[in-house]
Amino acid sequence: MRTLTKLDGNSSRARRELHDHIQGAGPLARHTVESTGQRQAGSSSYHESAEKHVTGNATYIDDLVLPANALHVALGLSPIAHGSLTQLDLSKVKDASGIVDVITFHDVPGHTDIGPVFPGDPIFVDQEISYAGQCLFAVAATSLQAARRAVTLATVVIDEQPAHLDPVTAAERGEFVRPSHIQTRGDWQLALHQAEHLIEGGLFVGGQEHFYLEGQACVVHPTEDEGVIVHTSNQHPSETQKLVAEVLGIPFHAVTVEVRRMGGGFGGKETQASPWACIAAIIARRTGKSVSLRLPRSEDMRATGKRHPFHNRYRLAIDAEGIIQGGEITVIGDCGYSPDLSDAIVDRAMFHADNAYSLGDAQVIGHRAKTHTASNTAFRGFGGPQGMMVIEGAMDDIARKIGEDPLIVRKRNFYREGRNVTHYGQQVDQLQLLHTLVETLESDSEYWSRRKAVSDFNATSPVIKKGLALTPVKFGISFTAKHLNQAGALLHVYTDGSVMINHGGTEMGQGLHTKICQVVARELGLDLEKVRITATRTDKVPNTSPTAASSGADLNGMAARDAASKLRKRLFDFAAAHFEGGLDREGMHLEDGMLIAGIGESERRIPWGELVQTAYLNRVSLSEKGFYATPLIHYDRSIGQGRPFYYYAFGAAVAEVSVDTLSGEYQVDRVDILHDVGDSLNPAIDIGQVEGGFIQGMGWLTSEELKWNEKGVLVSDGPATYKIPTFGDLPAIFNVALLEGHPNSMASLYRSKAVGEPPFMLGICVWSALRDALSSLTNYTMSPHLDTPATPERVMLAANAIREKTL
Amino acid sequence: MATIAFLLNGTPQQCDVSPDTSILTLLRDHLGQTGTKEGCASGDCGACTVAIGEATATSHIFSSANACITPAHQLQQRHLVTVEGLAKEGTLHPAQRAMVECHGSQCGFCTPGIVMSLFTLHNDLLQRPLAQTQELSQEPSQEPSQEQLEASLGGNLCRCTGYRPIREAALRMNDIAYERPKWFDATLPEPERLSKVSEAVGATSFFAQPASLAELTRLRKAAPQARLVAGGTDLWLENTQRLTPLNQIIDVSRAAELITIEEGSLTQQPGWWIGAGVTYSQLEPLFKEYFPAFAHLLHRLGSQQIRNRGTLGGNIANASPIGDTPPVLLALNAHIELASVSGTRVIALESFFLDYKKTSLAADEVVSRVFIPKLSSHTQLRIWKLSKRREDDISAVLGAFSYRIEQDKLCDVRIAFGGMAATPKRAQAAEAALEGGAITQQVFRAAQQALRTDFQPMSDVRGSQHYRQQAAENLIERLYLTLSAPDQEVMLHAYAH
Repeated sequence: MRTLTKLDGNSSRARRELHDHIQGAGPLARHTVESTGQRQAGSSSYHESAEKHVTGNATYIDDLVLPANALHVALGLSPIAHGSLTQLDLSKVKDASGIVDVITFHDVPGHTDIGPVFPGDPIFVDQEISYAGQCLFAVAATSLQAARRAVTLATVVIDEQPAHLDPVTAAERGEFVRPSHIQTRGDWQLALHQAEHLIEGGLFVGGQEHFYLEGQACVVHPTEDEGVIVHTSNQHPSETQKLVAEVLGIPFHAVTVEVRRMGGGFGGKETQASPWACIAAIIARRTGKSVSLRLPRSEDMRATGKRHPFHNRYRLAIDAEGIIQGGEITVIGDCGYSPDLSDAIVDRAMFHADNAYSLGDAQVIGHRAKTHTASNTAFRGFGGPQGMMVIEGAMDDIARKIGEDPLIVRKRNFYREGRNVTHYGQQVDQLQLLHTLVETLESDSEYWSRRKAVSDFNATSPVIKKGLALTPVKFGISFTAKHLNQAGALLHVYTDGSVMINHGGTEMGQGLHTKICQVVARELGLDLEKVRITATRTDKVPNTSPTAASSGADLNGMAARDAASKLRKRLFDFAAAHFEGGLDREGMHLEDGMLIAGIGESERRIPWGELVQTAYLNRVSLSEKGFYATPLIHYDRSIGQGRPFYYYAFGAAVAEVSVDTLSGEYQVDRVDILHDVGDSLNPAIDIGQVEGGFIQGMGWLTSEELKWNEKGVLVSDGPATYKIPTFGDLPAIFNVALLEGHPNSMASLYRSKAVGEPPFMLGICVWSALRDALSSLTNYTMSPHLDTPATPERVMLAANAIREKTL
Repeated sequence: MATIAFLLNGTPQQCDVSPDTSILTLLRDHLGQTGTKEGCASGDCGACTVAIGEATATSHIFSSANACITPAHQLQQRHLVTVEGLAKEGTLHPAQRAMVECHGSQCGFCTPGIVMSLFTLHNDLLQRPLAQTQELSQEPSQEPSQEQLEASLGGNLCRCTGYRPIREAALRMNDIAYERPKWFDATLPEPERLSKVSEAVGATSFFAQPASLAELTRLRKAAPQARLVAGGTDLWLENTQRLTPLNQIIDVSRAAELITIEEGSLTQQPGWWIGAGVTYSQLEPLFKEYFPAFAHLLHRLGSQQIRNRGTLGGNIANASPIGDTPPVLLALNAHIELASVSGTRVIALESFFLDYKKTSLAADEVVSRVFIPKLSSHTQLRIWKLSKRREDDISAVLGAFSYRIEQDKLCDVRIAFGGMAATPKRAQAAEAALEGGAITQQVFRAAQQALRTDFQPMSDVRGSQHYRQQAAENLIERLYLTLSAPDQEVMLHAYAH
């Protein structure tokens, strides 16, 4: 048998070398507290739960031990995408064995609309059905199986109406979930009028299912007063707290929400984890029993929203060099039936319609189309990836038009001196960084020699065609809803010297808790072992923002650092005054588990344990809270101008693909990535984010295809039909590196940069490389249309279309 | 209820559970062992991967399985190893340690399944040479090849890492010193008796494990309403996805005749009689030697967990239009043996498939064996599967081509497709167009045209009607190119060869 793919021995060795390299202490930023311990912030500590993960001891929601009388909930979901509920007869459901409670819209004691930002999401259908998978009723039984089987006994009569599924038609009809928004800079019409070349195009960019491995799940316990304790797999505990309280009609302080960890989130548990907690909470209060609600995979996929599909169009004026002078870009986000977070998501698509390129005098319009599907929601990149696709597609199109290599065209269009203001008015800092990064990658990946090899190969290979592409990423960091850019932390030191840190962020695998522990360890000069993090709870740190927008470490790390540095200062003040003979306050620091004061012969060292014991006995508080709010940011939506982002994170990737133009099958042969995380907080975790984000982005654009039938029912509703990348999709050669020596120009946490979302968009290079391969069929004279996901079906049909055209 | 006697992580267990209980439900709901996770309950994500050990002469051989769709009753006299067991003596197993050191877990939810797949790979690397040479070796013989890695891990979805650190862990674990714990090979419990055949007749609920074909057919006749199960890789979805209770189950996987491969003949033609309960994994050595294209296809059929459980008989009897092996078996002119208490009959496979999921199997019959004729020395077999994802995906279109070239003419052409009709089906018009034809563009163009009379495919989640038709025609073109320009690379070897 032939080997399935070639394993590159050098690559494997290279990975090990890199690994050894990142095991060492990472680069440190200019900061008063240096990292000394190998595992403090700046070094590659293991994930705080790694040993628990590999032994099966890490607890997820469905692993929680329930009381013997706990109830299990199953949901009745609408089979129809659009219509009116005319009859809902649940008598047989109620009579089924093991059923304890059945609830509908009419059983909700408080608010019935659980829209997270804007209203529009009923907890249960009252009359109007807006998507297939919308929740009609809930059944609580003594076992999950009894509940699920009882659901099938319901009599549901729906007056079915045609489902509107096309966002372009919706936009033409003005069917929007939120008003359209426009960003304009300069006289874009004049630019188009005076254009040397006009170039235009359109693209459908498909959505994406989150496919977190742990599905939506929660357990709700009633408390002895009117409240509940909610355990949930959830990126936004504070919002769930609010919604549960409102649905029950009780004050927020009666609801405690706890999140220890998620089995993946990716945005899918930012707003869309709340409905289940609300439903379970109602039943818990009604029955006085603990309630578990976990969505089976197919229901999870039908009931919850996804990454927004987008229809994008561009019309650009370019000069003879292919440099954009101006133009207009229109993005239409398919929001599904309700606003959810779509306003901000389409905004972010607009903010990223330029990616790394100056659009000149440009107008960007974003529509929020309403369709009869689940309400599309946050997903890693939050609209940014869909916005970038339009300009990356345009770059390839321009290159074919002027007959240049796409990399040359991209580089010519990068933001630079004199062309350094975005279409929404933000000045791009660190202007040189992307140029340096791309030049480094260009040379490390041997782009030009491989370009020649690819062309040579294609000249003699009629069926298999190779493609090569380098695409950059510039991603804005901050919530565009300004008030969310705040965070809190709570730090306790116990009298044995052990440290507990809590903060508002949630752990979904991204290593946030690990980084936060490392921050505290670094601030207090302790070994990482001494610092522990427990579950995120709304009663420890209140009024938190979602763990989203890549902001988890930026915001919560700063809050934790604030708490630690305040406590440190208090201990220093105490130590200086208290210890016999007085300690030199100047230069006092914490290192290797010691307080160190003075230098040379006068140096005094007090072990951390003794320090905190003494402080305690002297009635000094060993607890502190921290807070952080991102400075500088603002955006005026009425004029579409401002500085919405504290800074940008950059990166670039090169993909080489081989395409079988007869069958549409393809493989990614090699990928090289260079990514900017400022000064890394934990290089191993950051590399993990870069690699994982890239593969997820590649999956979005290649094999992950959402399909609805003509009636609006999702038919790709499980892993048998919805294909995320698997082991063999890992490129045979995969070189990933972090850009070193470029600390964040903003005063972020130890000059690090956010890393959760930006690498996702590195995956665009795979799509661009596929188009490059297809373009070779036209000897690079034409830019093939290739909607996404670029499945083998789409690639084959694109190749067939080119063949028919050129015959 | 019937008692299952098995080992769980080295400790004897006896459990009474209903016939439709899966191993995952047994572990999580009955035994409170929640380390094994449910990701999809359909055998597609691998989060619930466990290892099932069977005794050999020297030690237990472990193979991976999806606990969510494996019947708990099939644990009878087996050794179930779960993620909780690996480190029970306080030291992480090399698979676990390597995963920690390589940063191989992020959210951690898929991790127990990945660890278990790595565990079986690690075991294989240590044990398979041992099984062959009978020598005890504590050092792994080699680093796993990319092919082995893909085979072992292709059925474990990870949404966080992008798999690179997992690949590192799979390589690194073999460098970690290790001693096989004694409990791995603890004595399997002897059940009172394996077969519940006599008890089953007339019972409202049973999980019967007949030990012979005779017992199986007797039971089939007595309980025609009972469901047959071999690997459970499809049947169990009825329970987990459609909530169908499965109260009466006849397990064919212990019937001796159904789990053997014999060299033999049919109407003077040499070949192999393959028991319907032989798993894909068990078929692999035979296919590697005699049908390399078929062996290559096996690597793209399901995942290792599925291949360890799924059977040739199940793939046939299930009669899905998108099963991977039936088109190949049609192209090979395979026959099947159907057995009942009154004896056996052998029919050509193509007369077995009547319509969508309808077969000529009588109510009291079982598919007992499959006959695959040996390829004559000049016969070529090509199998090309098209799917969205290379590993662990179901075909949109699968084409199987068998032919000889005699005096520059094609002869004995048999072509069959999956995904193009309501059943796996031969492309008789296309075959006729090629039969006796020369290898010319004109002949193959005619075959492409003929495909349009052979098939009118439909659109579904895996591909549009238009794509399926075009793709099938393009596979005919690929066949032409492989014959007319044999030195030219006309396909990606990861997908086909």
